[in-house]
Amino acid sequence: MADFFFHTLAGQLILMVLETLAVLVPLLIAVAYLTLMERKVMAAMQLRRGPNVNGIFGLLQAFADAIKMITKETIIPAGANRFLFLFAPFLTFSLAMTAWAVIPTGNGLAVANINVGILYLLAISSLGVYGMLIAGWASNSKYAFLGSLRSAAQMVSYEVSIGLVIVSVLLAVGSLNLNDIVLAQRHVWFCVPMFPMFILFFISALAETNRAPFDLPEGESELVAGFFVEYSSLSFGLFFLGEYANMILMSGMVSILFLGGWLPPLGIAPLTWIPGPLWLIAKILFCLFVFIWTRATFPRFRYDQLMRLGWKVFLPFSLLWMIATAGFLLATGLLPQGVS
Amino acid sequence: MVQLVFYVFATILVGSAAMVISARNPVHSVLFLILAFFNAAGLFLVAGAEFLAMILVIVYVGAVAVLFLFVVMMLDIDFTKMREGLQRYAPIGGVVGCILFVELVMAGVHWGMSPVMPAPITGGLGQPGGAATNTGALGNLIYTHYILLFQLCGLVLLVAMIGAITLTLRDRPMGRRQIISRQHERKRADTLEMMNVPLGQGTDANGGFIRPNDSYYVTAVPGSYGVPAAEKREPGEGDAE
Repeated sequence: MADFFFHTLAGQLILMVLETLAVLVPLLIAVAYLTLMERKVMAAMQLRRGPNVNGIFGLLQAFADAIKMITKETIIPAGANRFLFLFAPFLTFSLAMTAWAVIPTGNGLAVANINVGILYLLAISSLGVYGMLIAGWASNSKYAFLGSLRSAAQMVSYEVSIGLVIVSVLLAVGSLNLNDIVLAQRHVWFCVPMFPMFILFFISALAETNRAPFDLPEGESELVAGFFVEYSSLSFGLFFLGEYANMILMSGMVSILFLGGWLPPLGIAPLTWIPGPLWLIAKILFCLFVFIWTRATFPRFRYDQLMRLGWKVFLPFSLLWMIATAGFLLATGLLPQGVS
Repeated sequence: MVQLVFYVFATILVGSAAMVISARNPVHSVLFLILAFFNAAGLFLVAGAEFLAMILVIVYVGAVAVLFLFVVMMLDIDFTKMREGLQRYAPIGGVVGCILFVELVMAGVHWGMSPVMPAPITGGLGQPGGAATNTGALGNLIYTHYILLFQLCGLVLLVAMIGAITLTLRDRPMGRRQIISRQHERKRADTLEMMNVPLGQGTDANGGFIRPNDSYYVTAVPGSYGVPAAEKREPGEGDAE
């Protein structure tokens, strides 16, 4: 049996499909319940009940929403570029799924444990902007177009500081492999020595996923719904799924880069009994809670404030911190050698 | 298997590169360019250069092409006008194309190929004591062997960046400016006045209107909202209007 799976081409293909499903099915269920979690948590913060009719505690609400969305009519606006209009949500959705291939849920437990894992994540997340740009342009609508232009400028601004934060983490790790990044945090999680970078990365993640208070591309009060204003039915649903999957992905990146991935906080007995994937899930849930908490707390940034924060505050600060990290590691001889 | 993957990537790369110059719609051109970048990254992956592949996607697809697309989407293109120009510019374009083609052929004919391939500079990839991954090997080459050239490249880019900023920087005095420190300095007493107004009588203070204090107006910034750039606004002036 094992021989069939590991040594024949057909077996390897089946194994690959199974591995992919093992990541995607839980991810999609997690996305469905993240929407419910968001509504419940925000309701609790605003002294409301939240969805509580479908199933106990509203647990079936996510599926009710999904069925409603699928059965709606797909409307393609007049003058829209038909192919690109339908292609954009698929792009957003599939990119949000693709990135999960490299996330390690345990020691060496990833679909693809590649050498340049963190660069792969950065590359995939920087592609997310195309879904929005194409959607905004192909809709042939001024609100959608304005939303997509905003999102393009916003994502390009915040990617620079995300890149610099990642570089300062990589300096301390000495490898681009996500597995090595987690293992380098055996003794202390990076959120302790690099606390300012942790905060900065989290805020940049909020901007990168277009979440409040940086949800300008879809600012309801100004642009109706931003770049997906013309979408309906399943194509809207794919954008929605992609956006929430990106939130979970960014929370996963925060957990892996700063919160020690699948590692327990201390390597002592009762904590090490809990399996690694559960630790990772707990950390991701914590980050998602902070995402929702932020949304319930802060008002939206104005566009020029957003740009000022990105280019005049985050960029110089992360650059300075990166140089300081490199200098500190070099001076104390802690620079990882020969791992490359 | 590897050859098959190579030919798939190469075919799509060449095809999309051809579409970049033949597509009618410039936005489609840019999208085909992005597809071409992608397949080039795929070719790098096939060659085992995973670092270059990722950097190609991050830099060119993730940043450069986004700005391309950004600009091209905002172009206002009239296709009938473009076709009118075709006959006027076709001869010049044809001549330039012919010259380039002849030059290319001449260069190709006289390009001497050395029969012996020089040993590649690998940065110690895969050798004992060398770098284990091509990321490490590239780092060795760039930051150890060619550090001076690398820094000079950076300097050239810095000069280009300063040039671009100098060309586009202009002081727009009529714009609204936000000075965050001034906003933080604001006290409640600067803007808010609590009045005990008798019921049904109103108040006579300030002519019956409750106004914020003078200090609220952004007097310190000439060119703030509604203020001409040249003259500095005096506190209290214009309040009675």
